[in-house]
Amino acid sequence: MAVLLIAEHNNKELRPFTLNAATAASQIDSDVHAVVIGQNSADAAKQLSELPVIKKVLSVEAAHYENFTAENFAPVIVKLAENYSHIVCSANTFGKNLMPRIAAHLDTSQVSDIIKVISPDTFLRPIYAGNAFATIKSNDAKKCVTIRPTSFDPCESTGGSAPIEKVDASEEFSNTKFIKREEIKSDRPELGTARIVVSGGRGMQSGDNFKLITEIADKLGAAIGASRAAVDAGYISNDHQVGQTGKVVVPDLYIAVGISGAIQHLAGMKESKVIVAINKDGEAPIFSVADYGLEADLFEALPQFMEELNKLNTIQK
Amino acid sequence: MKILVAVKRVIDYNVQIRVKEDGTGVVTDNVKMSTNPPDDNAIEEAVKIKEAGKATEVVAVTVGEEKAQETVRKALAVGADRGIHVKVDGILEPLAVSKILQKVVDKEKPDLVFMGKQAIDDDCNQTGQMLSALLNWPQATFASKIDVKDNKLEVTREIDEGLETIEINVPAIVTCDLRLNEPRYASLPNIMKAKKKPIEEIAASDLGVDVSPRLEQLKVEEPPKRKAGIKVANVAELVQKLKNEAKVI
Repeated sequence: MAVLLIAEHNNKELRPFTLNAATAASQIDSDVHAVVIGQNSADAAKQLSELPVIKKVLSVEAAHYENFTAENFAPVIVKLAENYSHIVCSANTFGKNLMPRIAAHLDTSQVSDIIKVISPDTFLRPIYAGNAFATIKSNDAKKCVTIRPTSFDPCESTGGSAPIEKVDASEEFSNTKFIKREEIKSDRPELGTARIVVSGGRGMQSGDNFKLITEIADKLGAAIGASRAAVDAGYISNDHQVGQTGKVVVPDLYIAVGISGAIQHLAGMKESKVIVAINKDGEAPIFSVADYGLEADLFEALPQFMEELNKLNTIQK
Repeated sequence: MKILVAVKRVIDYNVQIRVKEDGTGVVTDNVKMSTNPPDDNAIEEAVKIKEAGKATEVVAVTVGEEKAQETVRKALAVGADRGIHVKVDGILEPLAVSKILQKVVDKEKPDLVFMGKQAIDDDCNQTGQMLSALLNWPQATFASKIDVKDNKLEVTREIDEGLETIEINVPAIVTCDLRLNEPRYASLPNIMKAKKKPIEEIAASDLGVDVSPRLEQLKVEEPPKRKAGIKVANVAELVQKLKNEAKVI
């Protein structure tokens, strides 16, 4: 039986991690179908049909799917699941909210946040904030799996031409009502997919001081991250949080500024290819994962860093 | 309104995790255990709602071995009225826990069930959503703000793109983010008082729920270690290394 991928989108286009989830799905079985549930989401369905790894697209449309409520999505997918061996989705807030609701309806024990497909029934996943890796074999007939998007490369996005099939909507769940979504718009790259991330912690001391980080991020074409301490202190909004309960990032370069390096923060960034730590406490745990550590006062180091960057003839973007 | 809060006993968040040499799990002997951190937020929120006169009773429930009762006792010390301990040995999967909680909900008939959004041991992030599926109740996951309005809740949820606000009718499930509130510490007099509050013990086997595992944990291993890095003397050296050695800028 084929694998069913649940596409994440905003009704206009696919969210980028759908491509990473598609790669994981195709490693489970080469026969991957994808379902796009939304309202006026034809463009997202078309985009999905162009992914070469997708063999068929199922499109479900209704007004009550416009805001991606799990209570509305789950019944459709549960019904479709009859024809599939695996249901797959990204382990971001969309998939984390939705998949367990599907799994419980199917009486399946979900395998969350996998970082590797070992075989169609066996997966590798981090536990204890990534301080241990568990190899998990699922004995359920149907498997519900969420994948950690940064652990899989995005699939090719053009060249495919899968057929798009309409599927009937299910009834509306009336006890949950969407009110509003406050998205923080930014011209910078998305935190989850950026090549470079510059992150600030409690050491930044104020939200205003984050402009030292912003300047450098702009210069490097980087996304801005933060530790939970910085978000809790109100220096920056929650969508920037990197860590066990925030986002997991795997950029080519991660620059941690004024971040001590609690286990929970390391869980979200320690797979980055190159890690830089700037901290005035030479004993801070962040230095244990850093490739390059600079023991310095960030309020002196960051302006100097900007100056040195300005001296460079070229900067990779 | 009656609020049921589910709490889990986990290895304390400050403990450095050690993987057992035989690959069967992580070392838990003589390791400090605590309440799962966002479960503390769930208890705190329930107690605050009661203090604001919008709830009549807060019941704390845990599912686990003998010592899991400590987490219920702690919840009682910060304001829960009574406790329930569903006793079971071994590690249960979230699906099994949600089936047990469904039985507890059937018996207690709460208007709201709160719990942390994720346990920091298995990092599954499933139980709340599964319980709401089994009950066919609304779910407000990753809550960072809760407003109680008559028979509705307005909940702000933390999502990858920012914040989302939804309105849910009770009965409902809410899973709590760490930013929901600042959990209080138990005072000594309240710890003493909590010892007199009742905890009902139920054997999981009496609930008629199939809790057999569906997943096999074949191996637990240490993650690959990063190779040791270097300290640079100044910013100029750092930028030079990033440019010419790591070639990332």
